[in-house]
Amino acid sequence: MVTEVNLCGVSLKNPVVPASGTFGFGLEMAPVYDINVLGGISLKGTTREARFGNECPRIAECPDGMINSVGLQNPGIDVLVGKKLPALREVFGGAVIANISGFSIDEYVECCARAAEAPETDIIEVNVSCPNVHGGGMAFGTSAGAVSEVTSAVKGVCGGKPVFIKLSPNVTDITEMARACEDAGADGVTLINTILGMRIDIRTRKPVVANRYGGFSGRAVFPVALRMVNQVRHACSLPIMGCGGVSCAEDVLEMMMAGATAVQVGAENLRNPFVCKEIVENLPDAMSRLGIEDINSIIGIV
Amino acid sequence: MKQGIYRILKNEEAAPGMYRMLLQGDTSAFRRGGQFVDIAVNGFFLRRPIAVREWDSGSFDIFYKVIGKGTAELCRMECGSTLDVLTGLGNGFDPGRCVRSALVVCGGIGSSPAFSLVKELVAEGKKVTVILGFNKAAEVVLFDEYRRLGVDLHLVTLDGSAGLKGLVTDAIRELNPEYDYFYTCGPKVMMKAVCELLDGPGEASLEERMGCGCGICYGCTCHTVSGPKRVCADGPVFKKEEIIW
Repeated sequence: MVTEVNLCGVSLKNPVVPASGTFGFGLEMAPVYDINVLGGISLKGTTREARFGNECPRIAECPDGMINSVGLQNPGIDVLVGKKLPALREVFGGAVIANISGFSIDEYVECCARAAEAPETDIIEVNVSCPNVHGGGMAFGTSAGAVSEVTSAVKGVCGGKPVFIKLSPNVTDITEMARACEDAGADGVTLINTILGMRIDIRTRKPVVANRYGGFSGRAVFPVALRMVNQVRHACSLPIMGCGGVSCAEDVLEMMMAGATAVQVGAENLRNPFVCKEIVENLPDAMSRLGIEDINSIIGIV
Repeated sequence: MKQGIYRILKNEEAAPGMYRMLLQGDTSAFRRGGQFVDIAVNGFFLRRPIAVREWDSGSFDIFYKVIGKGTAELCRMECGSTLDVLTGLGNGFDPGRCVRSALVVCGGIGSSPAFSLVKELVAEGKKVTVILGFNKAAEVVLFDEYRRLGVDLHLVTLDGSAGLKGLVTDAIRELNPEYDYFYTCGPKVMMKAVCELLDGPGEASLEERMGCGCGICYGCTCHTVSGPKRVCADGPVFKKEEIIW
């Protein structure tokens, strides 16, 4: 049985990747289970400077999901390159995906270059879709022109390492964004980031998260993510890391049938920190029940 | 951190709106008083983080307040049913920082997480003064349990319906207890007042709305003098001088 997939020349022993922001820098979980079962890890989104992020509360419960407004808290690119990546590589042999965000083209370029120069980095994931920061993140991911500008600027500084652009679902037509990535030289796309949402505490008459709005994710968004992955699959030829509401091995297969080559697991890690390991363990059984011998055979068949 | 399935042995109202739940299962992940568990509640996406009061080789108990729909569902759970629980989360209090005499100041349900700390301090032969503060007599919990530990115990209520009348800080001023290290757990405003009133060193257990409960989502970050810290994984207990209120 084959579970190995290939993302632009980077081999993943299986398609399961914890999504950025839901697995720290990988190191946090290394003492909890053997993270080498994972195909890859997408690390916490990193910016040039260290960031506190938004004030708390940053989390709100939702039916079959949650809202977060963390706001790109991270220790900055120096710490990623100098400490986190080397420490992770000591304990992890799978694909290391550095996730980069920024507030200007210059910042994206500088951080992507630094992350790509690091020998531990296998893939660069460029987050143009964080809904929780003003003037950065999603501001670059909701116009085809800005997506194109970021993509072509960073592609030139990544030393040939695959560049995936992480797209926002908060757009009228996600295929327009994906095609802009393809035309600007991206190697792949990750989708979807969180959907902009809100909860109000009806007793205090105030938003639950201090930043008013936040990113909605979890099982409830799976059908939306699946639809967008499928649309992008039919609109361009870029490989896709599918993300959004994945919670079990069957969801991984469904996401791959929709068009994903690798599948990221996000919010589910927050309710079950062992879920990625469980998905990897359950994947062969789920495949054999469906008569799938090689997982690559189902990519984009729908 | 460990994940396990736990059987509910007791789930009873300890005071109006406050419940005590006794759970049976693996307790090997617990190391210190002040740690917490994260409970998956049927029908809700995120787990509910709740501090542990006491544990032994095969069970532990928690005190929780019914605040929202999740804890309302929890209080309806029947004995004999099971819960999926992450155990051994957070750093807990450090009894080793106290040399000879400790002052422990708790407010309301904050009396629960400090209980195992006090037990540990007593076992180490340290002199312990405990001040428990509540709004009124009907809300008092754990007073008898603390008394059985043989500590110098003081009860304070806001309305004077039990013990001294006033705030825990009034009691501290009145009693002027001897201590070389203090511990506090309760509402944020109370802990801030305690930390500002007491000149000596100590630590406080912070609370924040959490996502994962185990340090991977950065959903519960607080400000400290040494930068952002995760309440769930770097805390919930922080040294007084670290905390930026």
